[in-house]
Amino acid sequence: MNRQVDSATLSGGKLMNRQEEMFTPRLKSRQLRNAIFKWIFFGANVVGLLALVLLLGDVVRDSWGWLDWDFITSFPSRFPEKAGIKAALFGTIWLMVITALVAIPVGVATAVFLEEYARKNRFYAAIQTNISNLAGVPSIVYGILGLTIFVRWMMLGRSILAGGLTMALLILPIIIVAAQESLRSIPNSWRHASLALGATRWQTIRYVVLPASLPGILTGVILALSRAIGETAPLIPVGALTFIMTVPKDFMDPFTVLPIQIYNWTSRPQDEFRCIAAAGIIVLLIVLLSMNATAIFLRNKYQKKVVE
Amino acid sequence: MMAGNSNARSWSERIIEVLLAAAVSVSILTTIGIVVSLVGETTGFFREVSLVEFFTAKEWTPLFTPAHYGIAPLVAGTFLVTVIAIAVAAPLGIASAIYLSEYASVKVRRVIKPILEILVGIPTVVYGYFALTFITPIIRHILPDTDVFNALSAGIVMGIMLIPMISSLSEDAMTAVPRSLREAAYALSATKLEVALKVVIPAAISGIVASFILAFSRAIGETMIVTLAAGGTPNLTINPLESIQTMTAFIVQIILGEAPFGSIEYQSVFAVAFVLFLLTLSLNIIGHWIVRRYREVY
Amino acid sequence: MNNIILSIKNLTVKYGTTVALKNISMEIAQNRITALIGPSGCGKSTLLRSLNRMNDLIEGASVSGQVLYRGEDIYAPSVDPVAVRLQIGMVFQKPNPFPKSIFENVAFGPKINGYRGDLGSLVKQSLQGAGLWEEVKDRLHDNAYALSGGQQQRLCIARALALQPEVLLLDEPCSALDPIATLRIEELIQELKEQLTIVIVTHNMQQASRIADYTAFFLSGELVEYGETEKVFTAPVDKRTEDYITGRFG
Repeated sequence: MNRQVDSATLSGGKLMNRQEEMFTPRLKSRQLRNAIFKWIFFGANVVGLLALVLLLGDVVRDSWGWLDWDFITSFPSRFPEKAGIKAALFGTIWLMVITALVAIPVGVATAVFLEEYARKNRFYAAIQTNISNLAGVPSIVYGILGLTIFVRWMMLGRSILAGGLTMALLILPIIIVAAQESLRSIPNSWRHASLALGATRWQTIRYVVLPASLPGILTGVILALSRAIGETAPLIPVGALTFIMTVPKDFMDPFTVLPIQIYNWTSRPQDEFRCIAAAGIIVLLIVLLSMNATAIFLRNKYQKKVVE
Repeated sequence: MMAGNSNARSWSERIIEVLLAAAVSVSILTTIGIVVSLVGETTGFFREVSLVEFFTAKEWTPLFTPAHYGIAPLVAGTFLVTVIAIAVAAPLGIASAIYLSEYASVKVRRVIKPILEILVGIPTVVYGYFALTFITPIIRHILPDTDVFNALSAGIVMGIMLIPMISSLSEDAMTAVPRSLREAAYALSATKLEVALKVVIPAAISGIVASFILAFSRAIGETMIVTLAAGGTPNLTINPLESIQTMTAFIVQIILGEAPFGSIEYQSVFAVAFVLFLLTLSLNIIGHWIVRRYREVY
Repeated sequence: MNNIILSIKNLTVKYGTTVALKNISMEIAQNRITALIGPSGCGKSTLLRSLNRMNDLIEGASVSGQVLYRGEDIYAPSVDPVAVRLQIGMVFQKPNPFPKSIFENVAFGPKINGYRGDLGSLVKQSLQGAGLWEEVKDRLHDNAYALSGGQQQRLCIARALALQPEVLLLDEPCSALDPIATLRIEELIQELKEQLTIVIVTHNMQQASRIADYTAFFLSGELVEYGETEKVFTAPVDKRTEDYITGRFG
């Protein structure tokens, strides 16, 4: 090994022979453009963050001094100082219980049937398309559905049951899709092992597949319920916009929920009502935040269990 | 003994399978229920109002005499807000997706993605509040002639709401572009920006377009932001500073007005909702079809 | 040996905490074909990718030591990796044409690097260089995906040639091809060494012995043996090289 080819060309930006004659790569300016765009692209993400900060700042500022224990424990009032969110808070809890009781079993059962029983034929594809289309139906249309089917045909009236059923249909596609994904992630070898030990199909699902896919299903369920807690539009046709002075005691009672109450207060022209709307938003966001925290907690807990 | 046992077993297996299948029928029934409930009252509506008037008249005044039932102003209002929203969300969403898929390290992604997820989780009524109490005053400070309720404010906030949706769907499409194509471009001495703009985006374009279509559909069906911030005046205009009414906001207005069951106003809600349903359904079908197609390519 | 165009000094590459290459030193001769051989996971591809800084693109990869190209360290802080790749081109294991027309594939590099001449004749000349011109001259604007695997790989070579690089790195360029397509590429590589330096990674020892002037054998991230191909294959110094080329493992 002898002679080293020399002449530095890289950092000086000078090119070799053939290339030098024909190319003008302008690397410096291209790298500068790259650096500038990198910051622009990053900035697009900051816009989201900034909007979040402004939104929260706006709500906290407006609600300052209005959010206290009385606000939580009082019923709505024509006088903003006396108005509170008790009826809406209880309404939301009732609504969520009904929604969860209906949507979770139906959603998980649908997913189990589709993933564990159904053949992957055209019927399966049609159901799958149907579910993804349902997920895209505007929530106000679900409200119209609830008004027609539950309020009128089934004569449930403007009750919390009608509201809960409507909301359950709305979040059903979300639960189904999340549960399906979770079931699909379970390796087939586990199922085969269980079947080979003489377990029936259902026993395999009940004791092997479902426990293993629980964390995924649970996360999906909580995400779906968080969506339901924040939804306003589907409950307007079902009739959840009344001046409620009691806590619901029965499935057939009239009701209001947090987002409806917030909407009602926001749409009034007086500034004071805007302030209690902001206070209501804070309560709603705290409820949502604690649900998401629960989801993360449960997921981590069960994930560890499965690994063990 | 053995035989009896396994017989009972197979019976319970059958019952469980039937129960599960019944659960599947709920989602089918939901679709049927939506169509039936919309079609019923819509038919009643079109007994009173001709299809020609519905699609060609330029005024929508169901509560005045004489009443006019031209859906054009509601569709125009819906599209005005939606176009503003997409104009905000599309560039920001794509830029965010490029950053996340091409530039960000794993660590940075771990910070940014949850923040975008929080934006997705915020209820739309809160966005409506934000539009009305924060964005509108700013617009009116800069442009004092702006109406209190206007398409611009609702559109901007809806755009912010859609950023994460476009970002995450476009990012999926960009991530699906094989690594080998990026390497090919880098080996031809492309900068990161050139790889992103000249290789990744062209290869992911169908997925990006699908993300716009799905976001568009979502924006058309959005109710609370426009009800709170865009107004209740059917208005055939392209001026974003004026008060308008969207299809969804009209539905809310009539329902809150407690229109008597069976009246023409009550039925008009269903006719508008039917148009809304068909519009969003066709956009969703197109969007999902495009997404499936690009998944097949790679 | 001839003029040295690349000289690798104490090169160590890690992915996270995994060491992929341990303290490699070797020199690459100009206008010659150098083959890197060894069992999979031995670090030969890692070495190839560190010669034009493609490893920079892998998160968590770290490089120490030097790679001197014409005497200049390509890992020096003042060096832009894009400038390195302009002079040291690369062709990959699987054909990876862009989903664009044949013409656009070849024109991609010249366009972004400000080619001043006539693009049409450059594309023609590059396709000729890759032995593909006759097959595609009537359908330059068809999508590159319409070509067969072997044609796609020659298109990728043409695409790399269009920038007129000094060095061409080939990462198992025939592993996805049938024997006839492989033969064509091997012939092509031998023609190309008139104009440029070639470093080729291959797991096919016959291929290395057929085309390479020099061969380097790697094992577990170490350079075991390096020398003239004939010597490495007929009279290996190291026992492990002998075991490998006689097929006792790998």
